[in-house]
Amino acid sequence: MKIPYYPGCSLKTTARNLEVSALASASTLGIEMVEIPRWNCCGTVFSLTSDDLMHHVAPVRNLVRVQEMNRQGIVDNEYRLLTLCSMCFNTMKGSALRVADNPDDLDKINNFMDREEDYEGNVEVVHLMEILREMGFDKIGEAVTNPLGDLKIAPYYGCMLLRPKEIGIDDPEDPTIGADLFRALGAEIVDNPYKKVCCGAYHTVADKNLVIDLAYSILSQADKAGAEAITTSCPLCAFNLDARQKEIAEKYPEFKTMPVFYFTQLMALAFGLGEDKCMFEGNYVDPRPLLRAKALLKEGS
Amino acid sequence: MNEEKSIMDIIADANKAVTTGIDSADIEHWVNIYIMGRGYKVPAGLTIMQAMEYAGYKFITAAGCRAGFCGACATVYRKEGSYQLKTAMACQTRVEDGMYLVQIPFAPAQEAFYDISKESYNAAMLLKHYPEVARCVACNTCTKACPQDLEVMDYIQAALRGDFEAVAELSFDCIMCGLCAIRCPAEITQFNVAQLARRMYGRYGMKEPEHITKRLAEMEKGNYDDDFKKLLAADIEELKKRYADRKREAD
Repeated sequence: MKIPYYPGCSLKTTARNLEVSALASASTLGIEMVEIPRWNCCGTVFSLTSDDLMHHVAPVRNLVRVQEMNRQGIVDNEYRLLTLCSMCFNTMKGSALRVADNPDDLDKINNFMDREEDYEGNVEVVHLMEILREMGFDKIGEAVTNPLGDLKIAPYYGCMLLRPKEIGIDDPEDPTIGADLFRALGAEIVDNPYKKVCCGAYHTVADKNLVIDLAYSILSQADKAGAEAITTSCPLCAFNLDARQKEIAEKYPEFKTMPVFYFTQLMALAFGLGEDKCMFEGNYVDPRPLLRAKALLKEGS
Repeated sequence: MNEEKSIMDIIADANKAVTTGIDSADIEHWVNIYIMGRGYKVPAGLTIMQAMEYAGYKFITAAGCRAGFCGACATVYRKEGSYQLKTAMACQTRVEDGMYLVQIPFAPAQEAFYDISKESYNAAMLLKHYPEVARCVACNTCTKACPQDLEVMDYIQAALRGDFEAVAELSFDCIMCGLCAIRCPAEITQFNVAQLARRMYGRYGMKEPEHITKRLAEMEKGNYDDDFKKLLAADIEELKKRYADRKREAD
């Protein structure tokens, strides 16, 4: 499968570990992710204001690139746009749906972007997890060479993969797609009632304290439920849940740090792809001591 | 070139209007243009800058190299019957019938102060000095404004993700005229962002050129001291001859 792929800014900077592990894992499964040429910022945060069309220009421009890739033969009749970052996924899918449902809005945007070919409204924005579900988690299990044993994982979904339900990739109240994936990788699944609670998102800039409290709730609930690590597909959630643990520990002395994995890092680990593809050194809370204790990584590595 | 002319005469000649000495009765084709709202009939085929001089304007600023390199003569214009506000360099664009013209002699733009030897080579440093880069909504107005036909929006997007090499490559032909920044709804100073990115790429991204490092070491050892002394002692005729006879290195 050869599919247009949109990385987004974070994956090229602070979330290199998400991109590197995803590209390698997808390749193992026979998915060739082809980065779209001349991509721009996804628009970060889907604009909900009814007359704020300006903020849909950036995402629609990326959708035009998918049309161009098909026309130029870079991909063959593949109008799905693969994303990894939950925020990019949510923003671009939201815009794609908005212009598909509102032809007048699309006309206005096409007229404004007078140097682009018109967007025809037929690109479907998808998340890698959806592609994995479509392939079948049994099949993904067949690629596992280093089963995750009794690693106790609490999948965390956050907002952007689930809400609103028109955009979300799973039941917004009781998502299972992450649990299904990690079970296929051999991990033990721990249910965390806070799996779909907001991490605080961009409040991390203006009101760090709010994020510290939210992240503390999410992580300490996962710990109480017996989890050893949690997962995410969102660089912003990763920042709030992982990087903010230093500040959580300062505020809540009894807090125990917990590794936060990108879902793709666990795939790369289970597929036996090597540490250069897992890039655990990019995580704030180092997960390697836990993985060594579970014999999932070699001692001394 | 006439050897007897002083350098000041040569400069004065170069700056004479191209129509100097031509009888207007001999000019067949004319166009009507408007400079700051006032109508003028000027010979067709002139550049905007030449046409303005023909109309009687004297450039004491907003003019520089007259060859499309310095970026001083930014022009904004509209054509009769078109909604589009267009941009150009006055020395590089010919007048057309029905142009409404104005010069933009200066683009007030904020410029960051930095010491590149103390900066980190990552996206965060660009955003630290130019946080407004994150306000880009990908409207592409900057690209449309660029008289050099650069993909300005693309390099701002590359800056946002810390791709210094792409910014440097895409902005290489920037002449710093400032039209992108004047038009940007997000108030980004694209040309200054690009200059910082090029400096960073040169300092941290590019491979050190081995031949220059080697040559510098030779110079520091004093290998060329005698040759330099000879050059410094040579008279002007000798220097001219040596310059004319020099072997040119490949570009």
